[in-house]
Amino acid sequence: MIEIVDLHKAFGRNHVLRGANLKVEKGESMVVIGGSGSGKSVLIKHIIGTLKPDSGSILIDGVDIAKLSENELYETRKRFGMLFQMAALFDSMKVWENVAFALMRHGKLKEKDAKEIASEKLRMVGLMGVEDLMPSELSGGMKKRVGLARAIAHSPEILLYDEPTTGLDPIMADAINDLIIEMKQRLSVTSVAITHDMHSAYKIADRIAMLYEGSIIATGTPDEIKNTDNAIVRQFITGSAVGPIKIEGVTA
Amino acid sequence: MSNVLLKLIECVGRAITLFWQVFLLFTEELGRIMLLLCSAIKQLVLPPFELRNTFKQVVEIGIKSLPVVLITAVFTGMVLALQSYTGFKRFNAEVMVGTVVALSITRELGPVLTGLIVAGRAGAAMAAELGTMRVTEQIDALETLATNPVKYLVVPRFIAGTIILPSLTVIADIIGIIGGFFVTVTVLGANSSVYWRRTWDYLETSDIYNGLIKACFFGAAIAIISCYKGFYTSGGAEGVGKATTGAVVLSSMTILISDYFLSAWLFK
Ligand SMILES: Nc1ncnc2c1ncn2[C@@H]1O[C@H](COP(=O)(O)OP(=O)(O)OP(=O)(O)O)[C@@H](O)[C@H]1O
Ligand SMILES: [Mg+2]
Repeated sequence: MIEIVDLHKAFGRNHVLRGANLKVEKGESMVVIGGSGSGKSVLIKHIIGTLKPDSGSILIDGVDIAKLSENELYETRKRFGMLFQMAALFDSMKVWENVAFALMRHGKLKEKDAKEIASEKLRMVGLMGVEDLMPSELSGGMKKRVGLARAIAHSPEILLYDEPTTGLDPIMADAINDLIIEMKQRLSVTSVAITHDMHSAYKIADRIAMLYEGSIIATGTPDEIKNTDNAIVRQFITGSAVGPIKIEGVTA
Repeated sequence: MSNVLLKLIECVGRAITLFWQVFLLFTEELGRIMLLLCSAIKQLVLPPFELRNTFKQVVEIGIKSLPVVLITAVFTGMVLALQSYTGFKRFNAEVMVGTVVALSITRELGPVLTGLIVAGRAGAAMAAELGTMRVTEQIDALETLATNPVKYLVVPRFIAGTIILPSLTVIADIIGIIGGFFVTVTVLGANSSVYWRRTWDYLETSDIYNGLIKACFFGAAIAIISCYKGFYTSGGAEGVGKATTGAVVLSSMTILISDYFLSAWLFK
């Protein structure tokens, strides 16, 4: 279970998170939506502890991740898998070595076995025959999927997806949605996904939370969100330029 | 008159503030480098050990720098011989050329020039690679894969730098002395057995190993400074460029300045 309590984070004068609260139950699939630059990626990075909060706490099964010692933090991270928005593949390693990284490092698997598992995970994200390529030889959408394969390779309990379907064609995006759902159903992972794609959000979410001006302003099941009275949320999910959310610098 | 005086005081005041700010920045940076060094040393002694990565770095740094080290060493030995031969001729001391070349190379030029070359080649490469990994979130990705980036990235480079620099220096010493021999004997026509005798008679083992101690220190300094610059890069491609030049400049300065103090301490 993940619980974020009154999380504040500023970069210099840019106060990105201003008291965000969010609770994700075990086995639940939470989708976070919100405008570009609203701090979704910053929020998700706090969950895995690569960013440290200015104040507030992030509890993983009741333990505050910001208060762990270095060793405990790295132990806890073995339970996580994370897909980065820009994939963040290791560009000095082959595709399969990227995917098998955690397996070889922590699982102490032999190279041959690790490569086999990597190939299997790559097949799960719809990639075949790319094992021995370098990340620089892949398209943007392919990198994203390799990043996804790397995140799920060591069968983590908690998965964090930063825009898993952005940059994919609609059919591939739907296949990835199905994969995320399957991960949840088969391995009962707890997940937090960020997306701009409302179709994907409705499909994969048990609950949806909206981040706006540094805090979570609404949470609810996809149906509750669809029928919300909240004008901000409604404007966001219908994708309208007119409404309470103002777009700086863009005039109608 | 009092106006001029006021202006002057203001200028001095500004200069002092500026100097103070530069000093503060410098001490802050030094402190952060020391922190990285401490955590690198801590990770170095804790298992698991990154043998494979370390080996890769040794090969990488060694091979990258070797050709330039060879060329620099041979020409430095040659020019040293040439200059000291023609200079010493004025007071009939040509026989001392072998000694001068051997002492200058082993004590000073071998370690320092090798250090500067490694700073320019390998140090720049380290800062650029780690910097790119930082700005493309690969370092964050390592953390999420439960891998300490200091252990995985910094420690292997630190070990490799510390052992590769003395190794390259040994090669530079030998090649430099051979270069000096070549010029003295074949170009300037001096007696070859005199050159060798003068080399061996006055060269002490302490000259060589003190030179190598300096080289170890330079290697460690280059690695930790370049890793530091890369590790804390921000600001995209431009930031990577800044980190790279910053690494080369700071490592080179550190080599040249610490060389004086190390020499004063080691060669009493
Ligand atoms: N490491 C950092 N240093 C400084 N500022 C940062 C850093 N990371 C994020 N920010 C700032 O935090 C704000 C939120 O960024 P974030 O990446 O979380 O947005 P986002 O909601 O993920 O947007 P998008 O949907 O476009 O990915 C931005 O204003 C960004 O400039
Ligand atoms: Mg983002």
